[in-house]
Amino acid sequence: MRYLPLQADDRRAMLAKVGVTSVDELFAAVPKAKLLRALPNLPKAKGELEVERELGRLAARNTPAASVPFFVGAGAYCHHVPASVDHLIQRSEFLTSYTPYQPEITQGTLQYLFEFQTQVARLTAMDVANASMYDGSTGAAEAVLMAHRITRRKKAVISGGLHPQYADVIATLSKYSGAAVHALAPDPQARETIATTIDAETSCVVVQYPDVFGNIRDLRPIADAAHAKGALLVVVVTEIVALGALRAPGDMGADIVVAEGQSIGNGLTFGGPYVGLFATREKYVRQMPGRLCGETVDAEGRRGFVLTLSTREQHIRREKATSNICTNSGLCALAFTIHMTLLGETGLKRLAAINHANACDLADRLAGVKGVSVLNDTFFNEFTLRVPGDAAAVIEQLAAKGIMGGVPVSRLLPGDKAVADLILVAATEINTDDDRAAYAAALKEVL
Amino acid sequence: MAMNSSGRPTTPGTATTGTAATFTGNRALDHEEALIFESGALSKTGVDLPEPKQHKSRLGGLERSGDIGLPGLTEPETLRHYVRLSRKNYAIDSGLYPLGSCTMKHNARLNEKMARLPGFGDIHPLQPQSTVQGALQLMEILAGYLLELTGMHSIAMSPKAGAHGELCGMLAIKAAHEAKGAQRSVVLVPESAHGTNPATAAFMGYTVKTIPARDDGTVSVDAVKSALGPDVAAIMLTNPNTCGLFEPEVVAIAAAVHAAGAYFYCDGANFNAIVGKVRPGDLGIDAMHINLHKTFSTPHGGGGPGSGPVVLSKALSPFAPLPYVVKDKAAYRLIETATAATGTHPFGRLTAFHGQMGMYVRALTYMLSHGSDGMRQASEDAVLNANYIRVGLRDIFSQPFGDQACMHEVLFDDAWLKDTGVTTLDFAKAMIDEGYHPMTMYFPLVVHGAMLIEPTESESKQSLDLFIATLRTLAMAAKDGDVERFKQAPQFAPRRRLDETKAAREPRLTWKASTEHKEAAE
Repeated sequence: MRYLPLQADDRRAMLAKVGVTSVDELFAAVPKAKLLRALPNLPKAKGELEVERELGRLAARNTPAASVPFFVGAGAYCHHVPASVDHLIQRSEFLTSYTPYQPEITQGTLQYLFEFQTQVARLTAMDVANASMYDGSTGAAEAVLMAHRITRRKKAVISGGLHPQYADVIATLSKYSGAAVHALAPDPQARETIATTIDAETSCVVVQYPDVFGNIRDLRPIADAAHAKGALLVVVVTEIVALGALRAPGDMGADIVVAEGQSIGNGLTFGGPYVGLFATREKYVRQMPGRLCGETVDAEGRRGFVLTLSTREQHIRREKATSNICTNSGLCALAFTIHMTLLGETGLKRLAAINHANACDLADRLAGVKGVSVLNDTFFNEFTLRVPGDAAAVIEQLAAKGIMGGVPVSRLLPGDKAVADLILVAATEINTDDDRAAYAAALKEVL
Repeated sequence: MAMNSSGRPTTPGTATTGTAATFTGNRALDHEEALIFESGALSKTGVDLPEPKQHKSRLGGLERSGDIGLPGLTEPETLRHYVRLSRKNYAIDSGLYPLGSCTMKHNARLNEKMARLPGFGDIHPLQPQSTVQGALQLMEILAGYLLELTGMHSIAMSPKAGAHGELCGMLAIKAAHEAKGAQRSVVLVPESAHGTNPATAAFMGYTVKTIPARDDGTVSVDAVKSALGPDVAAIMLTNPNTCGLFEPEVVAIAAAVHAAGAYFYCDGANFNAIVGKVRPGDLGIDAMHINLHKTFSTPHGGGGPGSGPVVLSKALSPFAPLPYVVKDKAAYRLIETATAATGTHPFGRLTAFHGQMGMYVRALTYMLSHGSDGMRQASEDAVLNANYIRVGLRDIFSQPFGDQACMHEVLFDDAWLKDTGVTTLDFAKAMIDEGYHPMTMYFPLVVHGAMLIEPTESESKQSLDLFIATLRTLAMAAKDGDVERFKQAPQFAPRRRLDETKAAREPRLTWKASTEHKEAAE
């Protein structure tokens, strides 16, 4: 077995040193009847080549994004990741290290977390950010819980523009922790009047920016309405590249910003692992969930970094912790930080501009197909398309023609007749002119 | 047994400077590295992107104006920066990483290669299901393997890490009680438990009732019985426990818990000790999370991402969360919404999409590579290695619960350091100077000055012999009164001890331009 250094003679010598005749004597605490005699009913060990072949067969049954014109988004986006990002995150010292509990020998991890926190704070225009969450959706649920702690209220108002799966995560955690959720109806054209739903019981308002249907809204009126009632504004961003083009939530009154950071540095990977970004105002930092890296000095006065404010965390506070989170998404945060460093301000703004331009071009092309309309007045790189008939069937027909045309809204909101003819369509820098032309042509054919 | 609430010191003592200063501050291969905010520039970039096409903006007048404050670097500068940072990290690939309860085993590179196959790494969670049949099949195969190894009835794949899995298991338990109309408000947690256990229970509104450990480090069925009552919803027990011991009365505990109408949640963080040896399902467990990043070798990545699928008993299976995979006729299908779920009562959704696919591929690669024989051998080797360390140190170190066989990790306390002037923390820092990552310190909390050592199966006998010899030498130095060696440690790491108190009292959580940094340095 190529992964096990102990050889038969090592085992014999070690058992003798330990003073037992067989390894099963070390399992003496296990009730005899429960100790397995036979091996588990699974295949025996395989060499690398055989394993590669077996997994290769499974992989070949999937259609990779890069192999077709690809316009699927709805919370996960296909972007180009520079080759050096994946090379660097596979450095042994990053890949096979753990949570930096011993700061003297994990300054590499700690310094990139500090860089990550700073990048996230600046991108969102907030004061502080943590060292990452599992993903955007779990971050959103944690933001709601944090708002409950800060305001000592227990009701969240959820916009109908929030990604339905994010809303489900919030609803699940709220239900079982005794908190209330007031979820507004799905709102494809950003017409809801969320301000009027905020009352004295409301701890926070959760809005997505751009929303799941692609609409972009000025958040300031919502922030003002929330703050007037003593509630917080939680802003969710599922396409973080948008903040390279759009005014930051922190400049529009957000109290907590959570985001899915996958778009920067991280591949699609069928939905995970991703990286949650979580930022807030300085005054709320002690109510924040997750790990935080802070700057300090060592015994010689040199700058160094440590995990800090851990009195919020479960390993110290146990049942009084702000969250039960232990592991975060360190390596995905590293990928984010490296990609963001490669982009820099200049590259990020350019990338965002290309995404917006490609989406505008695609929207115009698709709106030119007979019977099809684009619902949005505003959007960044994703918009909602209305097609005649069942959107899910259209997407399947497009897939049969080798075009991944987007996400039928019915996949997220099954049974809602009002959205059954809607498709979420995303365009990024990976889409060429030919891709967009092919989409319009194929759509014309299937309708 | 009393909890050790004193904790470990968080400020460094005074250090003596042992090494000569250099002009750069560098020490040969160890470079002082500026932050990107100091070395980068807003105008710099490491990507070449084309001009965007001209078009009318549809951003609704909300264009971002002004600087964001994100400096960039060119590609060579980026490579050098992060390579230099990487060299300030300890890693499994560079040495023994005996963090108890964390299972820092070898991370095979084949796992990485497989996760990056475009058919796994470049597929979207919401693309048509007809185009991801291989991915759904992989999830089903992995689920089947995990069920075979645990002897459980069903599995929830989506939890993102161990603590998320705990939440999943406890939500299923709460849903099961609610389905029966039962109002139960208490969760029993042994005092040796991971902090995530009481944090999870409390988050869900349960009152946490602590069960004391016995003098031998295990939980007695009598203590559990006396704490059980009609208000108890569940017990959260780690097995093998955090003291490195298999709970000998686990079967009787499960029976007592079930007799009281409660459920048994098992923290599976230590599953690496028993894969192929014992099945949690045979012990009466109702829910257990499996840390794929521990037992099944998906890389820890500096603190994540993890993956924490939860196996469930028959009683809890109907309440498993969304989404889940079903197979009908020749196709696999995801059940993603309550509307689509038939015959089950999912408690809800824990995350967007379907879980940590990248980790599933790695874990399955590990399982296929090891096979049933290799996985059992791995557990046996992990247990043998831990016992070999125990026997190698037992005459010098002290064991809080006497000298007894341990599972895959061995626990010592600091009684043997009494009157030496050296603490567990000092000892750990001296290990750094010897080229080792320290063991888990000050956990579990039931033991004073705990040192929890988990070598894993990835270490050779030679590696363990050197480790044991090193620890023995350090121990003798401590007993011989060479206190300075410990107080000054680490002396050869990229940093000396860091001032954690200062970090917490004057939090600097982001870089700010400036004078204030220079002032602080003066």
